[in-house]
Amino acid sequence: MTPSLLTFQEVRFGYNRTEAPVFDGLDLSLKEGRITAILGPNGAGKTTLLYLVLGWLKPWAGKICLLDIPIENYSRRALGQHISLIPQSEHTPFEYTVLEYVLLGRAPYLPPLGAPSQDDEKIAYEALVKMGIGDLYDHSILTLSGGERQMVLAARALAQEPKLLLLDEPTSHLDLSNKVRLVHILRKLKNSGTTILMSTHEPELALALSDDTILMEKGRVLTSGRTAEMVTEENLSKIYHIPVKTVFADGKKFIAWM
Amino acid sequence: MSDTAAAVALQELALRKLTRRWILLILGVTLVGIFIFSLLWGRYPGLGFISWQRVNQDELAKLLIFNVRLPRLITALLLGAVLSAGGIVFQMLFGNPLVEPGFLGVSQGAAFGAALCIVFLGGSAVLLQGSAAVFALAGLALSYLLARRIRYGGWVLRLVLSGIAVSALFSAGLGILKYLADPLRQLPEITFWLLGGLSSITWKKLLAILPAVISGLVFLYLFRWRLNILALSDEAAFSMGAAPKRDRLLLLTAAVLPTAAVISVAGMVGWVGLIIPHIARRLFGSDTHLTLPAAMLLGGIFTILCDDLSRSLLAGEIPLGILTSLLGSTIFIVLMISRGTKVHR
Repeated sequence: MTPSLLTFQEVRFGYNRTEAPVFDGLDLSLKEGRITAILGPNGAGKTTLLYLVLGWLKPWAGKICLLDIPIENYSRRALGQHISLIPQSEHTPFEYTVLEYVLLGRAPYLPPLGAPSQDDEKIAYEALVKMGIGDLYDHSILTLSGGERQMVLAARALAQEPKLLLLDEPTSHLDLSNKVRLVHILRKLKNSGTTILMSTHEPELALALSDDTILMEKGRVLTSGRTAEMVTEENLSKIYHIPVKTVFADGKKFIAWM
Repeated sequence: MSDTAAAVALQELALRKLTRRWILLILGVTLVGIFIFSLLWGRYPGLGFISWQRVNQDELAKLLIFNVRLPRLITALLLGAVLSAGGIVFQMLFGNPLVEPGFLGVSQGAAFGAALCIVFLGGSAVLLQGSAAVFALAGLALSYLLARRIRYGGWVLRLVLSGIAVSALFSAGLGILKYLADPLRQLPEITFWLLGGLSSITWKKLLAILPAVISGLVFLYLFRWRLNILALSDEAAFSMGAAPKRDRLLLLTAAVLPTAAVISVAGMVGWVGLIIPHIARRLFGSDTHLTLPAAMLLGGIFTILCDDLSRSLLAGEIPLGILTSLLGSTIFIVLMISRGTKVHR
């Protein structure tokens, strides 16, 4: 019913032409205003898939369309206004303040030789507040903890005001309370109309957050659909190669692996 | 509640930005002051200033100021600005605060090119500049290509390794050229070129490098905020709507071309590109929007002062490169061990 924001048609992609491709004829479609999780073990090709969506990697064959227009037809600027990425981690040796760093997310809205205005600063500050770290705005990013840094990266992606937000293993540096905070923030974002695509190797996160789930294993999309139907004992045991059980408590599904 | 917090925060930032702009202006005024001071300061007839009165009466003094000191000072200013701005650009692009524009085979390439020109092509200003520039760029290209082919280590380590290897190749080549050079005519010229100095600057030499230098500086100045984005990983920069490969190449070229040009007339002037960006970041933070112009001004001030010392400390000239290295490394050591330095990994 809801229109597709992003579609993959027969996408073929590999890193090395002499080897078998990572994706061979991949079809996907992301619905607007939903949260989709790419779930699979390490090395399944989740990040590769995100980079294809971002346009950073180019498919050998097939079509990737955003709002029915092939992504290669977008200018760099226009694509930056539509899609933003929260990388898994990022390192810089320079002492930026948190706000200066988040302001970098305004780049696709600025003229090629421009610098952020006070309005941009306001948007960046609001992004920090949304991530619950408004009071850190003037700290040096080098003094932040791993979790805080992840929140700064998220704020930078929000400052980009994307239609489609990509997250690469968003919870890998987060403790439990930060994880819960992120889940709440992402839900709120979804309610305000942002489409979210995230990679994760944690089935718990997919269950807690995503409407749809794409199950991946060794560069193959095993199956995809509603999260409740995808995250099952059978599917999880299959992709992780260990026996996984699901249990119900408080009317919610939980994963048991020990 | 959060609205007022935001307002307070933004106001505080606006105020800080204003303060920094004022400091920038003060730096600019200081630069102009030092420039005028240096124009009149020197060893003619004795150590001291030349008065305006004397300029008006003494033809030789007039000639000295307008045909010797003026082009020399302008070159010193541009040299400092180019090396400092280039230092910032290199440090941002390589995500490493310890690289400088001479890094990656650029300096040694330029030295080899200059020596090659002195030995085999005569050494006219235009040829020398061209040869130094071409080999500076060749050094950069070789280092870059080599780094891509090295099969181990992270990207920065690979660049450092290939930079060392390429520099060593060029310095070996330079050794051969020195060996071949005519010891009476060519060898001293090469040696002086390597020590760096501005004593031979004329209007003609200055005008020869002006197009490359001005266009490079203007380009870097205009691109100054975007430079921040290119310090990020390729993927992150790309996700923010940049074209990282193209932009990096553009900025690298815009930094190396003027660097090669100033090296070609001034020889090897070390440490400016390392120490000045460091000081600029201390004063203005890491955001290159203000730090880059600040580095240009600071670089100009530093080089002019060093050049003043080089021509007035002794009756004979002390090569500029010796002084910038001496002062630069001393300041560097002091900064590194001073209490204000925060230690990060």
